[in-house]
Amino acid sequence: MSRIPDASGGQGTPLGDLVVDQRGRRCPLPVIELARRITEVPVGGVVRVIADDPATTTDIPAWCRLCGHDLIEALPPAATEAWMTFRVRRLT
Amino acid sequence: MTSRTPSIAPPGYLDAASSEPLHHAAREVLATLLGVHGESPAPNLLDAAVWVDPTRRYGSARRAQILYDQARETVAHHLGCRSDEVSFTSSGTQAVHLGITGGLAGRRRIGDLLAASAVEHSAVLHSADHHRAGGGRTHLVGVDPLGRVELADWATAVAQPGVALACLQSANHEVGTRQPVAEAAEICLGAGVPLLVDAAQSVGRFEPLPTGWSILTASAHKWGGPAGVGVLAVRSGTRWRATGPVDEREAGRVPGFPGVALAMAAAAALEAQVTSADAEDVRLTRLVDRIRGEVASRVPHTEVLGDPIDRLPHIVTFSCLYVDGEAVLDELDRAGFAVSSGSSCTSSALEPSHVLVAMGALSQGNIRVSLPRGVRTADVEQFLDVLPGVVALVRAALGAPGS
Repeated sequence: MSRIPDASGGQGTPLGDLVVDQRGRRCPLPVIELARRITEVPVGGVVRVIADDPATTTDIPAWCRLCGHDLIEALPPAATEAWMTFRVRRLT
Repeated sequence: MTSRTPSIAPPGYLDAASSEPLHHAAREVLATLLGVHGESPAPNLLDAAVWVDPTRRYGSARRAQILYDQARETVAHHLGCRSDEVSFTSSGTQAVHLGITGGLAGRRRIGDLLAASAVEHSAVLHSADHHRAGGGRTHLVGVDPLGRVELADWATAVAQPGVALACLQSANHEVGTRQPVAEAAEICLGAGVPLLVDAAQSVGRFEPLPTGWSILTASAHKWGGPAGVGVLAVRSGTRWRATGPVDEREAGRVPGFPGVALAMAAAAALEAQVTSADAEDVRLTRLVDRIRGEVASRVPHTEVLGDPIDRLPHIVTFSCLYVDGEAVLDELDRAGFAVSSGSSCTSSALEPSHVLVAMGALSQGNIRVSLPRGVRTADVEQFLDVLPGVVALVRAALGAPGS
């Protein structure tokens, strides 16, 4: 499966995640967007954030820790892609 | 003299970790040497010609040499070493660069591996980059969430074959956490690896300075001395070799004409700080306790970083969710407060502070408050009153949740 996100943003993907595309947006906007959009999925649902700001590497895991959500996975940039992918499960 | 403010910090200046305001003892020495005596010129310095070359063979040169040696002796005494082990440099950064390049060159035959904690000052990390660019190897040792180096990993790192030098700061310059230098030094001793300690944030404080180092570096403007003076101490018996051109100055470690007046002012400030450090460091520690508690309770979604107890007296760092550090700095500046930030949102940095990253801490909305000696309690209280509104303002402007 491709890691390239659905261009329409909030639409479903093969994984059923809500995709929040934050490429090109800088700290702290990706985290703000994640915090706003996570309420769109039910508790137990998953948000997938695509981002290329280096600060998200520390700040999305830190946000999950501070706000009590579960970081399922954090994928580093791949050889052909300059962005990172974070999958966050809403817990509260 | 004891009734006077030890230094002249502008109101709202809360960035002592970047630079401590010049102590009045340093100011008086400089004023006297420049012939612009204030109210209390130092009488023994009134006719000192500190612009002469102290190595020359005439009276005024010998006098300058004596004054320069006294400055060196004062610094050496405080560091707990011999004065012939101390060299003055032009900055703390230059001291770190010379300490590391010389320490690595001195043990080139043993190996090319430089070990350092991941949260060292950028002067150490830049030296590590330089070493790698020249074909050398480096090993950065991770820290725990409080910013303290992991000793088990430290032991593994320095026990590797080919370690030429290990570097550890006395305490972290961004979050204040003290490093376990005594234990790290013991491990280095067991492995036969020399240890460089960057003590820039600790020299001039009440707490005992680390022992067990082979090389120690410091910076005068961090203790209220003038900018332009760094300290490089190399224990006798340490393998250290200059990697650049040398001359006869500073035991062949730091080339160039010595800044006698600046060194004298630096030594005067150090002596004065150490004399009064006991009570002042206790006061600063309590003020930082108060900032830690009030920031956590008055600013929602905020993480106060670093060790709350085993830390420097004057530094506290916290990160606020949903704000950009630069905007907070600007708003605080507008309100009259000078602080700093390790956020990448802050100008010129694409990457967030390597210290925050190594700790796994939140990096956005990061604010470091560091109290100068003599800081007015009212300044701290006003800062605490202003901060929640500033953070709320920036959050609202960015459309943060709940704002």
